[in-house]
Amino acid sequence: MTSTTRLLEGLGRIYVGLLLAFLYLPIVIMALMSFNASPFYQLPFEWTTKWYSDLASNAQLLAATWNSIEIAIIATVLSTLLGTAASIALFRYDFRGKRFLQALLLPPIAIPWLITGTAMLIFFFGVGIGRGLHAILLGHVALALPYVIVVVSARLQTFAPELEEAARSLGASQWQVTMRITLPWIMPGVIAGALFAFAVSFDQFVVSYFLSTPGQATLPVEIYAAIRKGFMPEINAVSTIIIVVSMGLMLVTARFFKFGGEK
Amino acid sequence: MADVRVEKVTRSFGAHKALDEVSIVFPDGGFYALLGPSGSGKTTLLRMIAGFDYPDSGSIVIDGDSVERVPVDKRRIGMVFQNYALFPNMSVADNVAFGLSVRGEAKATIAVEVQRALDLVQLGKLGERRPHQLSGGQRQRVALARAIVTRPRVLLLDEPLSALDKALRVDMQVELKRIQREIGITTIFVTHDQEEALTMSDRIGILRDGRLVQEGSPEEIYDSPASEFAATFLGDANILPGTAEGNGLRLADGTLVAARSTVLPAQGRAASCAVRPERIAILPAAVAMLDGKENSLAGCVAKRIFAGSVSTYFVDCAGQTVKVLVQNAGQPRLGEGDDVVLRWSPESTVLFAS
Ligand SMILES: Nc1ncnc2c1ncn2[C@@H]1O[C@H](COP(=O)(O)OP(=O)(O)OP(=O)(O)O)[C@@H](O)[C@H]1O
Ligand SMILES: [Mg+2]
Repeated sequence: MTSTTRLLEGLGRIYVGLLLAFLYLPIVIMALMSFNASPFYQLPFEWTTKWYSDLASNAQLLAATWNSIEIAIIATVLSTLLGTAASIALFRYDFRGKRFLQALLLPPIAIPWLITGTAMLIFFFGVGIGRGLHAILLGHVALALPYVIVVVSARLQTFAPELEEAARSLGASQWQVTMRITLPWIMPGVIAGALFAFAVSFDQFVVSYFLSTPGQATLPVEIYAAIRKGFMPEINAVSTIIIVVSMGLMLVTARFFKFGGEK
Repeated sequence: MADVRVEKVTRSFGAHKALDEVSIVFPDGGFYALLGPSGSGKTTLLRMIAGFDYPDSGSIVIDGDSVERVPVDKRRIGMVFQNYALFPNMSVADNVAFGLSVRGEAKATIAVEVQRALDLVQLGKLGERRPHQLSGGQRQRVALARAIVTRPRVLLLDEPLSALDKALRVDMQVELKRIQREIGITTIFVTHDQEEALTMSDRIGILRDGRLVQEGSPEEIYDSPASEFAATFLGDANILPGTAEGNGLRLADGTLVAARSTVLPAQGRAASCAVRPERIAILPAAVAMLDGKENSLAGCVAKRIFAGSVSTYFVDCAGQTVKVLVQNAGQPRLGEGDDVVLRWSPESTVLFAS
């Protein structure tokens, strides 16, 4: 009995170890190579920060990085605001066609981005929105919205509608109820939705690729273009910076909002 | 404080009329119980008065103001919910403070008022606790304190005690009544517990299928039910069927039962009368003497249930079972199978057309 338990426990540890290795090893290697003098991953390892200073003077890559960050932040804010408001409305009001509307939210998550991207390109072209950063932003908001609504709505399912009624009976307006009762309760869901939205936008390649124009691209698109011309070690450098920053963000959020755990 | 008038309020859900022209006056400072079986429209009526829902037609007047189009937050009502509905992410004190703080009261005033309300419900020391750290009875007190701290015009309670166990419920009944008297607030209390309605309220309204079937003081409704439904819904009653004759009822076996002289059903029509089990005397057949003024029926004890201070006899007579409630005051007990005579006064007999 105990020996099998111990065996299972050992296997479990090995499994977790392998999982972490597969997830993180490539990232760690990339981070190390961003400090290696050889541009062709050659060993022995020789410390340098050359690629970081090269990056600082690579205007195109830097511009794309800022584009990505700006678009991701704006898309996150917009889709979180709109998505949260929509979730609360779907939760509070009953209207004709509500189920249908809710069902319509799911397919965009399942439809391949390649198809969504093509569709957006044709549509934006047709209605005169065209391509460029504004089109990318619009596309990202549309892509992120269903994620926010699904995540926030799931959290709202745990909310008792009597709490809103109780607050109303005590003299609170709809707005006060939303700000002081409903939002605090669904905040973990809103944060999780925002993280999803950020990830959808910041990692987005396919849709951004379709909607970008030369000089108006996000980082993933720019990296792809650069690799096609020939690998640049600056890409290791910029990727490392991004990973450190985004993992830092995730850790801070996870620390401040214990998901699900706290009552 | 204020009185509440509901006039011809109707509310339908699809084809179903949850409320059908209900008119009730809830007196200023009174404790009014809305009683009725499940689905009779009690909650629907309370929610109309609160302002969570609006009537299709009819009017609702609080303290002389027509409020049927006023939203809930402007009606100045206090409501206590069946499951308390305390805000889980706030302390007890913050829960109670909520109504004052959304009105923009000063911090110092709020602190004083909250403490006073918590003292009133005897929870003065628990202000810092979270709702999940309280017992059911304590949560109910917090909900009550929260509802009254804003000095509402009316206090509305929807089965506030039904989630509590029996002993605690009795304690809370006493407590609720004490607080209601102390602040003298007009109170509307929904329950489907008849005992609760009888012991707590000044007036009772009985709803059935969205209609008000009877209202009055607990004594009036208990002593003079207006229908068979009211008689059996509020308290226990024996219903004897027959045909209306003279001042009473002719039973199927030919016995004439005299009833209290009230509105009499048409002669010769099917009717029935109600007699409360505790109003009937049960005597051994051998010693029973005839008394012309009293109603009497001969029968045979089918079953006796002993319950300490009282016994319940089920007596077969005139083709049906009659329930009799007797105080165990030292008289000789009757056994199952004994021949007995039941006797009760015409004053305890209420006649209805059926
Ligand atoms: N929102 C609604 N939509 C449809 N029907 C409703 C709605 N609310 C209530 N009803 C119906 O109206 C009738 C009265 O309901 P109500 O909740 O007022 O009953 P109640 O007397 O409070 O019953 P209970 O003692 O079970 O709480 C019921 O038949 C119920 O099904
Ligand atoms: Mg109800």
